[in-house]
Amino acid sequence: MRFDFTDEQKAVRQAARDMLQRRFPSQTVRALCERNDYDPAHWSEMVTLGWPGLAVEERFGGLGMGVVGLVVLLEEMGRTLSPSPFLSNAAATLVLQAAGDDRQRERWLPRVVSGEARLGFAVAGERGTVLGIDVEGADAVVVVAPQHGRALLAEHVVGSPVETIDRARRFSHLQSSDGESLGGNVACGLQMVEVALSAELVGVGQRALEMAVAHAQTRQQFGRIIGTYQAVSHRCADIFRAVESARSATYNAAWAADSAAEVLPLAASVAKASAASGAWKATADSLQVHGGIGFTWEHDLHLYLKRAVVDGTLLGSANEHYRRVAALAGLGADQPALAGAAV
Amino acid sequence: MDLTLSPAEERFRDELRAWLHDNHPGPDPQGADAVFEHRRAWQQTMHRAGWTGISWPKQFGGRGATLMEQAIFDEEFARARAPQPVNGLGLLMGGPVVIHHGTEEQKRRFLEPILDATEIWCQGFSEPDAGSDLPALKTRAVKVEGGWSVTGQKVWTSLAHKADWCMLLARTNPEGKRYEGLTFFICNMKQPGVEVRPLRQITGHAEFNEVFLTDAFVPDENVIASVGEGWRVAITTLMNERTGIASAFGVQILIELGELADLIRATGHDDDPAILERFGRLRVEAETLRLNGLRSLSRVIETGVPGPEGSLAKWQVAELNQQVTEMAMELRGLDGPLLDSPWTYRFLRARANSIEGGTTEILKNIIAERVLMLPRSR
Repeated sequence: MRFDFTDEQKAVRQAARDMLQRRFPSQTVRALCERNDYDPAHWSEMVTLGWPGLAVEERFGGLGMGVVGLVVLLEEMGRTLSPSPFLSNAAATLVLQAAGDDRQRERWLPRVVSGEARLGFAVAGERGTVLGIDVEGADAVVVVAPQHGRALLAEHVVGSPVETIDRARRFSHLQSSDGESLGGNVACGLQMVEVALSAELVGVGQRALEMAVAHAQTRQQFGRIIGTYQAVSHRCADIFRAVESARSATYNAAWAADSAAEVLPLAASVAKASAASGAWKATADSLQVHGGIGFTWEHDLHLYLKRAVVDGTLLGSANEHYRRVAALAGLGADQPALAGAAV
Repeated sequence: MDLTLSPAEERFRDELRAWLHDNHPGPDPQGADAVFEHRRAWQQTMHRAGWTGISWPKQFGGRGATLMEQAIFDEEFARARAPQPVNGLGLLMGGPVVIHHGTEEQKRRFLEPILDATEIWCQGFSEPDAGSDLPALKTRAVKVEGGWSVTGQKVWTSLAHKADWCMLLARTNPEGKRYEGLTFFICNMKQPGVEVRPLRQITGHAEFNEVFLTDAFVPDENVIASVGEGWRVAITTLMNERTGIASAFGVQILIELGELADLIRATGHDDDPAILERFGRLRVEAETLRLNGLRSLSRVIETGVPGPEGSLAKWQVAELNQQVTEMAMELRGLDGPLLDSPWTYRFLRARANSIEGGTTEILKNIIAERVLMLPRSR
């Protein structure tokens, strides 16, 4: 057993951390958030580094580093928020790779790896809403309907941008999408995307923890560092627990996605549930540790809190995954038709 | 990332699993004395097959098991719902203390009877005024001819009435820094200066005792390490021995959750989404407890240094066990308070989980100060 990254994966993590911290300092992230936009130069650099092909199998020209490799990168992206179409492209790629046929994969995956093509991602909700992520300018969009276990590869979509609380990512509502269905194992692809989202949430929670601890170590009230008050330090310990639990669950699920498919349905739900609840707890509690300054627009914390909410909702909230975990334990006559139960 | 066992570890697990299947002594009987004898016989069965003190070095009667094998052992015991061996404190603490800090003579004298349960060990650390603040302990050891004369009071001492030996932490130097004046003794429990009184808990049982020491005698050869080293001996032992236990805690809770699922069905709650969500949340917490445990075990195997992460597992398992038993109590409705179900005992017993062996508040302090590097809160 080795419940840790390999040296190669650690090298990727270090390189990613260096690059992301250099390219996405707070003022850059905030400027992009103000415009709710990305900088094409950032995406070009990610393509140059081979990141779109990280989890793509080698036979399609990718690096073949699997979901574990993707998790390494996405955790770092969560820590910096780094506005870019990386997540949506990776999510679409995972579903396409898991559920597409050979023709579809051969047509798209090599072009995704080279950066020649970029994929958008869209999720159909319960009440007819189809929420798109980075669909403007995408060469194709993978549209998933988790409650039906279906996915579509759409080359023609009609949508309009919508503003959400998470201005570090671009969203839209799709009015129509036209394309061919992906007939393979959609559930497995969706579970991999759940793991990817969990990894980003772990990074978000980690950053919120770092901010809370830094504040508690320096802020003084009543003539004392506030971290000496147990009401504050114990809240920091609570955040630590939430983030560590989400991290263990996410790494385990990433390993399952690559190496133990039979345990992936449970592992993915455990990861998404603990990451969604953990990142929310981390950011909300970090805001409380910060006091008034944490509620201001000028402080970065709210950017993380909002990412935690939106990522937490995508492909199932913590409560939805709790019900799915109960269903996997054989409880409930009317099991919720989520991705894992569909196949 | 590789969460599989090596072929050698798989063989170890399969061998143990098969042995447990063939030799499981059945659940504990009714009554404390019967439980004691049941578990003593069980430990002797284990010992004959070479399954006691497995992490002890081979030359002292152990198997020299790796940390991973110890974790597998704990998980398999939890999975088989096998009773604990009677001399748990001797196996987990007493033996390792003697192995790491004892003299050759102490090793010859004390180790074998721990393994075969012919001598039972208890632990004399906590006192009425020294619980979380252990170094505040007041039990005094005064130098006399050939040894030490000990006077004071210990509390929460399990098996004191059955024990032959007590790991006793006492103050040998009342001056200077409070950590430095403590010494670790092996005290004979069968002597006139030792009086044991049962301590009845909220469950109605008396799992623990108070121990009153009045000029109890400990010979010089029963000092562990040297005089004044008691705190270091106690703390390294406490940290070392619980490294791998967290994942077994997780397995134990997962088994309990299986019983909770049965209860949900039996009480007709399996169409109630709120109940299912609550169950699912507990299941997720139990999985993360197990996974946090495996991840910190992997780190210790890699670095060789046990860290403060064990605090997280202890905190998580206490809270989870309380929440599981609270939910069972609620599901049982008007039957909840009836004494005829094991859930009722578990419900009451669980209240101690967040106090015994380190309160949740102390565990949070450890995480805040030693993991997050926040300033000391006192």
